[in-house]
Amino acid sequence: MPLRLAAKDAGLAAFIALVLAIPLIGFTTGESGGRIVVTTRFQWVAIAVVAVFAGRLAWSLIPWRAQRRQSLRVVSHYKLDLRLLGWLGLGIAILWPFLPFASNYLIFLATTVLIYIMLGWGLNVVVGLAGLLNLGYAAFYAVGAYTLALAGQYWGLGFWEALPLCGVMAAIVGILLALPVLPLRGDYLAIVTLGFGEIIRIILINWQSFTGGPNGVNDLPIPTFFGMPFSARAPGGGKTFAQFFGLHFSPAANATQRMIFIYFSILALALLTNLLIMRLRRLPVGRAWEALREDEIASRALGINPVRVKLSAFAIGAMLAGFAGAFFGAHQSFVSPESFNFQESATVIAIVVLGGMGSQLGVVLAAIILVTLPEFGREFAQFRMLLFGASMVAIMVWRPRGLLSLRTPSIRLPASPRETAAP
Amino acid sequence: MSYFLQQLINGLTLGAIYGLIAIGYTMVYGIVGMINFAHGEIYMIGAFVSLITYFVLGVAGVTWVPLALALVLLSAMGFTAVYGFAVERVAYRPLRSSFRLAPLISAIGMSIFLQNYVQLVQGAQVKSMPPVINGGFQLLESNGFVVQLSYLQLMIMTATVALMAGFSIMIAATPLGRAQRACEQDMTMAALLGIDVDRTISTTFVIGAILAAVAGMMVTLYYGVIDFFIGFLAGMKAFTAAVLGGIGSLPGAMLGGLLIGLIEAFWSGYFNAAYKDVAVFGILVLVLIFRPSGLLGRPEVEKV
Repeated sequence: MPLRLAAKDAGLAAFIALVLAIPLIGFTTGESGGRIVVTTRFQWVAIAVVAVFAGRLAWSLIPWRAQRRQSLRVVSHYKLDLRLLGWLGLGIAILWPFLPFASNYLIFLATTVLIYIMLGWGLNVVVGLAGLLNLGYAAFYAVGAYTLALAGQYWGLGFWEALPLCGVMAAIVGILLALPVLPLRGDYLAIVTLGFGEIIRIILINWQSFTGGPNGVNDLPIPTFFGMPFSARAPGGGKTFAQFFGLHFSPAANATQRMIFIYFSILALALLTNLLIMRLRRLPVGRAWEALREDEIASRALGINPVRVKLSAFAIGAMLAGFAGAFFGAHQSFVSPESFNFQESATVIAIVVLGGMGSQLGVVLAAIILVTLPEFGREFAQFRMLLFGASMVAIMVWRPRGLLSLRTPSIRLPASPRETAAP
Repeated sequence: MSYFLQQLINGLTLGAIYGLIAIGYTMVYGIVGMINFAHGEIYMIGAFVSLITYFVLGVAGVTWVPLALALVLLSAMGFTAVYGFAVERVAYRPLRSSFRLAPLISAIGMSIFLQNYVQLVQGAQVKSMPPVINGGFQLLESNGFVVQLSYLQLMIMTATVALMAGFSIMIAATPLGRAQRACEQDMTMAALLGIDVDRTISTTFVIGAILAAVAGMMVTLYYGVIDFFIGFLAGMKAFTAAVLGGIGSLPGAMLGGLLIGLIEAFWSGYFNAAYKDVAVFGILVLVLIFRPSGLLGRPEVEKV
């Protein structure tokens, strides 16, 4: 773009920024001594306007588009490397707790990442494969976590006994919610799930006698190692984890062992989930999901029952969220309604979208980025969500198909004999 | 009876506000086919601009209430309109030809951004404003319970009716309204017939933002307290109102808004106020099951 045009364009953008900034950045009200005072901050307005002008000018002058086309071509070549990357990631994940720099904090963080990977994969089935938008995914996550908490509290169930129940409960709730709205247009599902996410939170907060209200539930069941608890003494004369392996018991070491065990449990469950999804995609039901996403009318003409197929995707997504919720509960050993607000749902959607919808490895990368980035920027905590929102917009505008936009076809027809015979 | 009447008045006032916001959703949905998730945030910005303008006017010495309110209204409408324009330009226009979920996700991002932007520049604490318009009519009294229609409630309802009337005329009888209806039916064909589609969509966003700004100002006057988070729930309810009335239909949006307001008021009045949002969404689900196209919406015919 010629400089003159670019400058004019940037000037226009700067003018709009000025109008936007004057009321909200330029003035603020505060209270001082019982009276309301208005403070002005025109220097901030000036900074914002100059930043927009410079940014817009640079944006128009740098030839982005030529570069972009090249990078696209590179992307299409590293298909093999992606698979390698997956195995490499798995290797690192297995070795992670034993690496020399591993600390309790890093294991805790890695467990959180794995929980988000589980959530991302679960939502990926719903959004990425079946093309249904679920804006209340955190609600199913909450159902899982609270099922664990309440089953432990009222029925005395242990973690492993409650775990299947968590998945089943979340799936049942998902089916009950989605069944009435699935025959309708997709946007209705979005708004109903969004409303449902809020409803679950409101119920959890207000039904104090059952859920503990805003205070949440403490002391969730902790997974046992094949019946051997991570504690100083086993109830009922059994062995504890430390006794069985002849380890010296100390509270600190015990906490670390427990964390590593939870980490490996969720890693195993995540791998199982991955396997399940990869298999499902090749099955008729998985192909029906993608067919429905691409063209509902054509799929119906081919005899696919859209409601049943969509429902299966929705229920599987909800079930995976339920499992992830159970692990979240065990991991934190505490649940409260505030862990399951809309921002949580938005984060999981961002992971799926950023990762490139339908890409398993993309979800992993996106989960690592989105969970660890805020940890680095603790001092910028107040800018964190601001940047999060802005980057969601930016990614949609520049790379609407996500980081790993390349998606291998779920199924490939064998090459015809003639083609294979050719030299 | 008098208690019922009072809840009816409160519900209608609340419903008028939801209806104004719902129009923004339904218009954008009708034309672009996307849920403008950031619309609730636009309404919240309208409320903030109103409050700030009011105090700035106070410092500047404008104390005659009618003049101050008129200026607040103009300022809220003007500045919020620019926000609506900018949001469309930055987050939605580049995605017009993208796949279906892209604009929605971008809208969610925009909503998170705007919320945190306001929190950052205006602070997280609740901002309050002294009541500007006091008093009202006492309609009837029974068993010591006075049914009151405050001047403010009357003003909110009158303003909403006036805006709705003006707006319906605009859609029905001006070139802009015709262009909007044309884009709603078939964007490509409208473009071929010489309608500037981009500009029509921009105008739609600006009009939606103006109506949301009016709603924001009314809420600021009515409740007297606002914070950066009010847009989320209000936006969600307004969208519910739009769906309830039949998305894409303007009278439907207003009707849906009124119904949501009434449900909320009566539920809090007679049952448990903590579950009023649950009641609203419960009704939404019921309506969707039995009348999928909403109360006033036309059933959609899908073509290949």
